[in-house]
Amino acid sequence: MTTLMAMRLKVLVSAATLMLALVFLVLPAVVAARAEVRIQEVKSDKGITAWLVEDYSVPIIAIKFLFDGGSTQDPVGKEGLANLMTGLFDEGAGDLDSDAFQIKLDEAGAEMGFNEGNDAVGGGMRMLAERQDDAFELLKLAVEKPRFDQAPIDRIRSQIVNGIVANARDPETQAARKWAEAIYSTHPYARPDMGTEKSLATITADDLRAFHKANFTRENIHVAVVGAIDAEALKKRLDQVFGALPEKAELRPVERVEPRLGQTMHIEYPLPQTSLQLVYPGVPREAPDFLAAALMEHILGGGTFSSRLFDEVREKRGLAYSVSSALINQEHSSSLIIGTASRSDRAAETLGVIREVIRKMAEEGPTEAELDAAKKYMLGAYAINNLDSSGAIAGTLVDLQTDKLGIDYMQRRIDLINAVKLDDVKAAARKLLSVEPAIMILGPKFVEASKG
Amino acid sequence: MILKFLRAKASLPTVFALGLAWTAPVLAEAPRSDWKVTSFTLDNGMQVVVIPDHRAPIATHMVWYKVGSADEMPGKSGIAHFFEHLMFKGTANHKAGEFGQKIAEIGGSENAFTTYDYTAYHQTVTPGALETMMSFEADRMRNLVLTDAVIGPERDVILEERRSRVENNPGALLNEEVDATLYQNQPYRIPVIGWMHEIEKLNRVDATAFYGQYYAPNNAILIVAGDVEPETVKALAEKTYGKVARGPELPPRIRPTEPEQNTKRTVELTDERVSVPSFSKAWVVPSYQTAEPGEAEALDLLSEILGGGSRSRLYQGLVVKDGIASSAGAFFQGTMVDDTSFTVYGAPRGEAGLQQVEAAVDVEIRRIIKDGVTSDELEKAKDRFVRSMIFARDNQASMANIYGATLATGGTVADIEQWPDRIRAVTTDQIKAVAAKYLNPDHSVAGYLLPAKSVEK
Repeated sequence: MTTLMAMRLKVLVSAATLMLALVFLVLPAVVAARAEVRIQEVKSDKGITAWLVEDYSVPIIAIKFLFDGGSTQDPVGKEGLANLMTGLFDEGAGDLDSDAFQIKLDEAGAEMGFNEGNDAVGGGMRMLAERQDDAFELLKLAVEKPRFDQAPIDRIRSQIVNGIVANARDPETQAARKWAEAIYSTHPYARPDMGTEKSLATITADDLRAFHKANFTRENIHVAVVGAIDAEALKKRLDQVFGALPEKAELRPVERVEPRLGQTMHIEYPLPQTSLQLVYPGVPREAPDFLAAALMEHILGGGTFSSRLFDEVREKRGLAYSVSSALINQEHSSSLIIGTASRSDRAAETLGVIREVIRKMAEEGPTEAELDAAKKYMLGAYAINNLDSSGAIAGTLVDLQTDKLGIDYMQRRIDLINAVKLDDVKAAARKLLSVEPAIMILGPKFVEASKG
Repeated sequence: MILKFLRAKASLPTVFALGLAWTAPVLAEAPRSDWKVTSFTLDNGMQVVVIPDHRAPIATHMVWYKVGSADEMPGKSGIAHFFEHLMFKGTANHKAGEFGQKIAEIGGSENAFTTYDYTAYHQTVTPGALETMMSFEADRMRNLVLTDAVIGPERDVILEERRSRVENNPGALLNEEVDATLYQNQPYRIPVIGWMHEIEKLNRVDATAFYGQYYAPNNAILIVAGDVEPETVKALAEKTYGKVARGPELPPRIRPTEPEQNTKRTVELTDERVSVPSFSKAWVVPSYQTAEPGEAEALDLLSEILGGGSRSRLYQGLVVKDGIASSAGAFFQGTMVDDTSFTVYGAPRGEAGLQQVEAAVDVEIRRIIKDGVTSDELEKAKDRFVRSMIFARDNQASMANIYGATLATGGTVADIEQWPDRIRAVTTDQIKAVAAKYLNPDHSVAGYLLPAKSVEK
């Protein structure tokens, strides 16, 4: 799917394993009726709360955590700071330099990874239960005492710069950059979270330490653990890993931003295939009509091989391999996006078909049968999409915490979904799809026949 | 419908997936006593494997056909993958979309993929829906209705898929031609998705012939992983797949093999979308199916020690110590029917040039050929492989893929169970020996992805 987010994929550096889902991408699916996932809330002596699912069938433990903040906290002129930091957690901590730390981590048999999003920095570890003493100790060192030695900083920075330079003439990367600026203007979301050659050059070890101190605190953390560990043992582990972090975070406030709609940006490039992206307004996760909007979006373009867009663009006309929609919720902005890529000589036709599908959905909404099917899908898909491994379960629990949905949400959501009425969904369709979207076209010159 | 390319993109920076389970091995650890894989064969020849995982009420259902792009007739490249798409059309008993609707109704997910050696269809559903999945999957094994009306638009779809994956990506275009140069005679020289000019001509007659020849229970493997009991799966499989008649007996998959390579070959692609050059270098080496005992395991471990991750010789030497590369590594695709490839890759950073990186990679390879690897390096690589299999058990789909890929390329359940022991048995001498035997820098195939303007330093 060519989403705004997918187009901003960054080149990751070092051996950091990407263990966290994109925290700002709230999928329009939520939990299964039968999922027997029992979540315990565990609070440590030092006040760190984690959600735990105990399971002993595979002898491993997975932990995931998020610190609110993310790349929106990069100081102006030092864009790329949070991203650079995530490449440095396995490059030396405590008394161990880069080499010593990595050797110990390898010997402990644990996988550790950190990543960064616009609104949070996340991390996680997957370890063998029998090696947990060594593994948790290394995680503690990485989280609490990263060294930020100059040699690893210079090396990781130069790898990131290399990635930026490597993409300097890649039309998709460059289009995504311009598009973010067109949509978010001067908001931090418009900034490149990997930074630029220039901004990265200004970042010092002191900058990294200051960012770490302000962002890695007990106040803004969310933790989930799944696997072969009980609540009492986890309490001690929580204090071991996170207990010595500062109590309070120092985050700079970030304003809410609405995507700038009603604009068309055509980036001309002689490609055999033209990428199209349409941005419509979204719905915040906490809004009362979120589930109605999510059901509508699923019917419009959310299903793998069944959605109105899939049927009209791919199945009936063979215009594209991939066409889909997504509701995007970041901490400070919401949108509904549609993306596809179509052979360039038929791109105008493809855009026309998409506009017609949208017009019909906005005016008439879905049918009762479509809504029924979408509800059934959403009820069943939660377990299948979110609970199929300990890492996936831990990630889901962290998301539930950051979305403030409550520890009982997996039970409550069944009634919430069933309560959505056809009129609610029609209203959501009208509200979101009746406006002129922002449209990005990347490909050769084309003329849109008529606007929908 | 995903087309899975077995070759990773050597010229791109390392891609990070969750876990390191897939850095090299596609095999599993021996089952523990409380965790047992069951395998049996139906009367019509369909092999069945059941992998229990009772942690969540989810089941993964997969059917693997022992046919891939390397089994295609000359001139019909892309038919295996095109046919995979056509399997989502209507049958004599169910109209198009009905199967997908049943899956969506319970929130399930589905997809399919095609590689050189196999094609697989899979759904992840609640265990109660297993019989429905089996019934639809057994139906489309034989009862597909192929008309020109469904074939035309779907051929347009795969042409778009090719443009998305290959034409729009200079690295992918180069990889295709590196493969075509590496394999002079084996069918792996032809891309899984097919050549554009041949895809354009694929038609109903081709699809029908391909279906009749390869889609039958005696050429298929059923894998069910998740919250299921072997007895239940057996009963359901007999009730559904068991009713499908055995197809024609297929001859052994004997394909053309490579002649001896006596040259150093290079392929270059210059593209204005490229800013930083990169290279890959590959050799044809044995796979788990064609290797002498122990050689494939040694090649797997060699790829891990030489370039499997941030502790590897290439990464530590070129990226960390010398600081001349932004990326450098190696990979080996062992789970293949025929001889396969061993690849090294790298890209320069800072003031270094591409030639300098390539020379440094060659130095590391020659060093292993001359001096071998240390026993400490070897033991650590073995530990990583063996524990990656414990991590693999955390995800039922990973386990299903390990069993499916191994069995579909000619391996057995016993091969998977014994793999950790065979890995443990590899010696430093064997690593040195396979490096010397197979990685001759003077008889290799190199691919260079270069910027349009001469910016190479």
